[in-house]
Formats: sequence, C-alpha cells, structure tokens
Amino acid sequence: MSTRVMIDGNGAASEGLRLAKVRVVSAYPITPQSPISEKLADFVVQGKLDAKYIRVESEHSAMCCAIGAQLTGVRAGTATSSVGLALMHEVLGVAAGCRVPIVMPVVNRSLVSPWSLWCDHQDAMAERDGGWLQLYAESAQEVLDLILIAYRTAEDARIQLPAMVCLDGFFLSHMSDAVYVPDQAAVDAYLPPYVCHNFHLDPNDPMFINNLTPTAEYTEMRYQQAVGFNQAPAVLLAAMADFKRVFGRDYSLLEAYQCDDAEAVIVTLGSMSGTAKYTVDQLRGQGKKVGVLKLTSYRPFPAEQVKQALAPVAVVGVMDRSPGYGAQVAPVATEVRAVLSGKPVQGFIAGLGGRDISPATFVKAFAKLLTGEITADVDWVDVKENALTIREVK
Amino acid sequence: MQRQQKKPMTDCEKTKKYFVGPVATEFVAAKTGVWRVVRPDVTIEDCIFCGTCRKHCPADVVTVAKEDPNSGVYFDWDYCKGCGICANICPKQCIAMIPEEGVCKL
Amino acid sequence: MLTMKSEARGLIAHGVSACAGCGLELAARVILDVLGANTVIVIPPGCAALFSGYGNETVTKIPGFQGNLESTAAYAAGIKAGFEVQGRGDIQVLGFAGDGATVDIGLQALSGALERGDKILYICYDNEAYMNTGIQGSGSTPLNAWTTTTPGGKSVYRKDMVGIVAAHKIPYAATASVGYVDDLRKKVAKAQAATATGPAYIHIHTPCPTGWGSKPEHTIEVARLAVQSQCWPLYEITDGVNYQVTVPVAKPKPVAEYLKLQKRFNGVAPEELSTMQTAVGQDYTRLTNK
Repeated sequence: MSTRVMIDGNGAASEGLRLAKVRVVSAYPITPQSPISEKLADFVVQGKLDAKYIRVESEHSAMCCAIGAQLTGVRAGTATSSVGLALMHEVLGVAAGCRVPIVMPVVNRSLVSPWSLWCDHQDAMAERDGGWLQLYAESAQEVLDLILIAYRTAEDARIQLPAMVCLDGFFLSHMSDAVYVPDQAAVDAYLPPYVCHNFHLDPNDPMFINNLTPTAEYTEMRYQQAVGFNQAPAVLLAAMADFKRVFGRDYSLLEAYQCDDAEAVIVTLGSMSGTAKYTVDQLRGQGKKVGVLKLTSYRPFPAEQVKQALAPVAVVGVMDRSPGYGAQVAPVATEVRAVLSGKPVQGFIAGLGGRDISPATFVKAFAKLLTGEITADVDWVDVKENALTIREVK
Repeated sequence: MQRQQKKPMTDCEKTKKYFVGPVATEFVAAKTGVWRVVRPDVTIEDCIFCGTCRKHCPADVVTVAKEDPNSGVYFDWDYCKGCGICANICPKQCIAMIPEEGVCKL
Repeated sequence: MLTMKSEARGLIAHGVSACAGCGLELAARVILDVLGANTVIVIPPGCAALFSGYGNETVTKIPGFQGNLESTAAYAAGIKAGFEVQGRGDIQVLGFAGDGATVDIGLQALSGALERGDKILYICYDNEAYMNTGIQGSGSTPLNAWTTTTPGGKSVYRKDMVGIVAAHKIPYAATASVGYVDDLRKKVAKAQAATATGPAYIHIHTPCPTGWGSKPEHTIEVARLAVQSQCWPLYEITDGVNYQVTVPVAKPKPVAEYLKLQKRFNGVAPEELSTMQTAVGQDYTRLTNK
C-alpha cells in the first residue's frame, strides 16, 4: 500500500509528480526548487518515470512547454519558486484561461528586492487572483498528498483549472521527514489516467485554440472560470474524502485546531501552522484559550468554512507571510476580515525573507489578541526596532 | 454568493457538450472582395497560361484553366482584394487593373 | 471538429484580413501547402494571428494555438513532446512568428529549443518591423529604414538571425523569399524532412506594403529586387556549417533600385546609400566564401 521513507518536501513533490505519471516534464532550476527538477530528471533516466524531459532555458518556457504538451492530451509536470513563478506570470494566465489543469509544486520563496533565497509567500500571493487553485502544505507528507488531491480536483470536468501546491522554501523543501509514499497501484486507483475534457490539439480534430476573443464573449469566458472556482470547494472536499478512503489520511479545506472554546485564534498558511499548533499547546498549558485555523485551500478561499470555524471566537488574528503593500492589512487578513465583518481581525506580518516564525512570534501575537489591543493597521510582529537605521550613510 | 449561470440551461443545452475558454471551431472566410477598388482584367489572347499569377496571389483566388473547354483565367471575386500583384508580375503583361464597377474615380 | 462554413482550395481560407499585397499571406499558404494537414501551428500575437481567427471563427484548417509573443518555440517544443510520448511524433509542429517575436523577444525561447534539438520547424516571416502594432522598429529592421520608432532612419545594422541560428548547428536553416516561391517550397520540404532529426529554421522575407510604403502590387517585385541586389541572399545551411547559396546573384542590381520602391528609405542620403551598398557587397562576399 505504501512505503515510509525519509524524504524532504522537494522529494515528496517529486514523488507526487512521479506517481501522477506526468508524461512531459519541463522544469527550470531555481533555489530552493532545484532538487525537484533534478529528481524528475533522475526518475526519467532511471526509468522510474516514463516521460520526456525538456531541459528548458527559463521558467517562462517551462510553463509554455507544459501548456503545449498538456493540450495534446498528456499530464505535464513542472515546478518553480519565487522569481521563477514571477517570470511565468504571463503564461500562468494562459494555463488558467485555456483551462489546462496543470498541477505545479511552488516552493515558496521571497520576491526581490531585496534579494533573498528564503521563504515567504510573496511569490504565490502575487498570483492569487490569476485563476490557479492554491493549496498550502504544512508538512512533506501534505506536499505529496495535496499534489494527488490537486490532480483529482483540477482535472475534474466541473473544474478544469490549474493548481499550485505551495510548500515553504527550506522549511519544507529541505527538511527531511518520514513520509508515506503510496504504491503506484493505489495511486492509479485514486487518480485515473488523464482525460482532457476541453479543447485539444490534434490533426484529426482541428480547432484553433486561444485566438483573439471579442468583447462580446470575453466576460463570459472569465465567468466560466469563476463557475469552476465556485464548484471547487465541493470537488476538493470530495477528492479529500476519497483520499481518506484510499490512503487513510484526513484532509479538509482548513483545519481548526483548538478553536471550539478559543478566545483568540490565529489563521495560518503553510509550515508555520505546525509551530502555531505547538505554541497553542504550550499556551493552553498556561490556561490560555487559544487556537489555530490553518488554511489548506487558499484558492478557492473557503469563506463559509472560515466563517463557521471562527463564529464562536471573540478575537481573530491572521499571520501573513507577505507584506501586501498599500492595503490596510496583508492578503490573507484582508480576506478573513471580509468574511468576518464586524469582528475584530488583527493582521500580522511575519516570517519574510526566511525569518523563522518561531513560537515566540506566536506568543507575542496571541498576547496582543488576548489583551484586546486590536488595531486596524497591520502589526509587523517580528520586525526589529532598528528597522530604519540598519544602514548608516558614511 | 456569486450567481450561477443567470439564464438556466434548457433541457436541450444540458444534453450538449461545450468547450470552455477561447477556441475557434468554425472555418470561415472573410469576404475580402469588398475591399477591391480595382480588379484584374486578363487579355486572354495574350495569356500563355503559365500560372505565374496563380502562384503569387496572396489570397489564392486565381484559377488558370488551360485545358478546359472554358479555357481562361478566373478570379474569385468574393475574395480578390485587387492588390494587383498578378498584373505586376505577369510575364506577358496581359493583366490590367481596371476600376471596380461602382467605385468612384477620384 | 471544425464546422466548414467556407470552401477553400488549400489549408487556409481565401478571405483573410491581411492587407492587400501582404507578403506574409502568400508565405503562409505556400508553407502549409507543402507541410500538409498533419501539422499543428503555433502563432504568437502579431500579423500572423490573422490566421488564428477571431472568436469562434478561424481561417486555418489545421489545429493551431496562439501563444505569447516571446515563447512560440517553447509552446511548439511542448506540443511536439506531447505528441512524441503518445507515439505521434510524425505530426509536424510549426512555429510561425514574425521578426519581432523571433529576433527580439522570442530569441531566448528559440535558442533554447534549437540547443535542445527539439524536432520542431520554426519559420520566421520577416517584414522587418513590428507591423501588427503599427510599424515599430525591430532587431530585424535594416539600416536607415524608417519606422515609427526609428523616425530618423535606423542607425544600426540588423541582427544576423540566420547566423545566430546556424551557431546552434541545427540540421537545417535557410533564408527564403516570397519572390522565389519555388525555392521557398523546396526549402520547406527540406526543413520538414530535417525535423526527423532535429530543429529546422527558415527565415522568409515577406514584404509589407503597409509598413514599407511600397505599393501592394509591388510585393513580389520588391522581394525579388531584395534578392537581386544581394540585400536578401537566398541560401541554406546544413548542420550549421555547410553553406549553399540557392539563388546565386552574379550581377547584382544596385541597392538603390530595391530601396526606391519603398517610402521607408525616402530619407536615405547618398553617403548612407553608399555605405549600404558597400556593406551589402561585403556581406555577400563573406557568405559566398563560407
């Protein structure tokens, strides 16, 4: 049924694409995603993956190759990170608009400037409205599992949208963990061979894809995508339920941890969720009623479920790992606020450029929530006091 | 909540299949003949049926019929833009561009 | 399946909204006539996007995909790979892009595909500027040519795109011209055969009456004069090293004769003309010595 092996998040992502039997791989290396592009090349050479590997010269081409290949009727695999995802930006929209259900691991890393090799969510947040599903993993196991769940969801005839499975750079990508890697037979039972439900490229069935669309139809095609997103929560949940039946592991659009009687809850994304849960256990031991709401699905944003989970909670905080400049709070907090109108929601920003979101960061954030000192503006909870004086002009 | 399809699908629509997103599924020519202000006119007595006009017509609207009982050079007026390439490159110079009927000469 | 609402002799409808006298339109018809129906075409936004069609209507009988300006070669490579892994490598995948989408913004993706040896056919139709957006200068715009972004005439030489391609040592590369249709047909056939082993590239001179200020009826004449004045030599390169001139020009016509049919060279001064004449001659000599 499955084998338990020590692999890191990049290894888990590679296994996910291997088990999904991608037939064309077009990947461009970028720290901290590079091991995925290396591992997939290795799988092909070793005969563990029956695929053609296209050693592309850029992420832009990586996505174009993947789109082109998948339009011929096969699963295409790629993965990226940070500025690589940014370079793909233009053609991410092509995958989304042409309804090509590519599943792509995104190893979250900061954007520039300043240059940073390390984790935050700016790269994926910059693409949040581009028409891709976005799932965020907490652990290496979740990386693998969410990739399989993403395939099932993205390729569903009711959805036909591409999906990113986001994993935090280094914190997940390079941390080894004991991961259950399912047998191919079990994955084959869960994830059937790829069937293209939409237009395709085939000389036996000609059609011209992605030509200029008149104003009279553009809105309708955008609306079609929205309808796909509207149906995504239900399809995701069904794929997760089936996943539990086959593999025994439980997933949901979000995970409420100790929220039932909590006075203060912090909403999290990605690997920080584990730290948050640990901190909650510590604080609960001190008699503080706190909880965590981990979002697994950020796109579609599970508004109803967020609303329900946080209904009994008096004070809510959101830990964003991206700055969301020019808005009052960062992206996730903005959306949580929109769902919880009337309830105080404190936006926090932390963990940029690879800064660890430590238990101390959460302790500080929870303290603010429990004392009720909620502000409308975002709280840069881990910023140093000397922020404006770190470079003296000499 | 967003409204789903404002106009409910009819029973007939429910049984059909639809693409989503941008694709063209009909092969349709534009009637570019309406662009024409001058048209090619062949002096067939001088024509040697070499096919140079047909070979270089960007719209591929020239038919050179040598062996037919209706031997001649024919143009598809639905699409001929009147660009004049055929007249310009005819080795016998037996094609003239004449004003299209109904076009005012300036 | 395409619903056929118009009749057409070849693979392209007779009514395409390209300008009257468009060199590109003739090139596209000749290319697809040689390649046949077992072809998938990738076209970026540009003049060739007229062949993609509009809304639910297309003027092309073969399957096609309109990609992005800088990645025609990458889309083509992906499509080819998708067919190959399904045992359908016999399908010809054609990237068909203008000079802007090839020598400028698309150079990186093209170079990548050529270096990898992807078995695609890439054809650049060169009208020597960004014509679809309104005649802006490109890396293929010749010296002294007027465009909207070189209003005083282009002050530098064009890129030697075929030289760049040849440096990748691909099986087959060639220049061609709509003024020499038979030569073009032969080269498309050779290029198609070459894609059995690797990439093939053709760079076609396609005069643009709108952008060049030439008369629509002069398109073929202008194209031929470009060849006969040695401004646009017709040659092919196998494996990046074997050069063969396919239409030798022993007694070249003066460059001025080619320029005078085009308004874009109206401002060329006598000394500039002589510089051009000298450069053209030197380039041709270098080519024939290869």
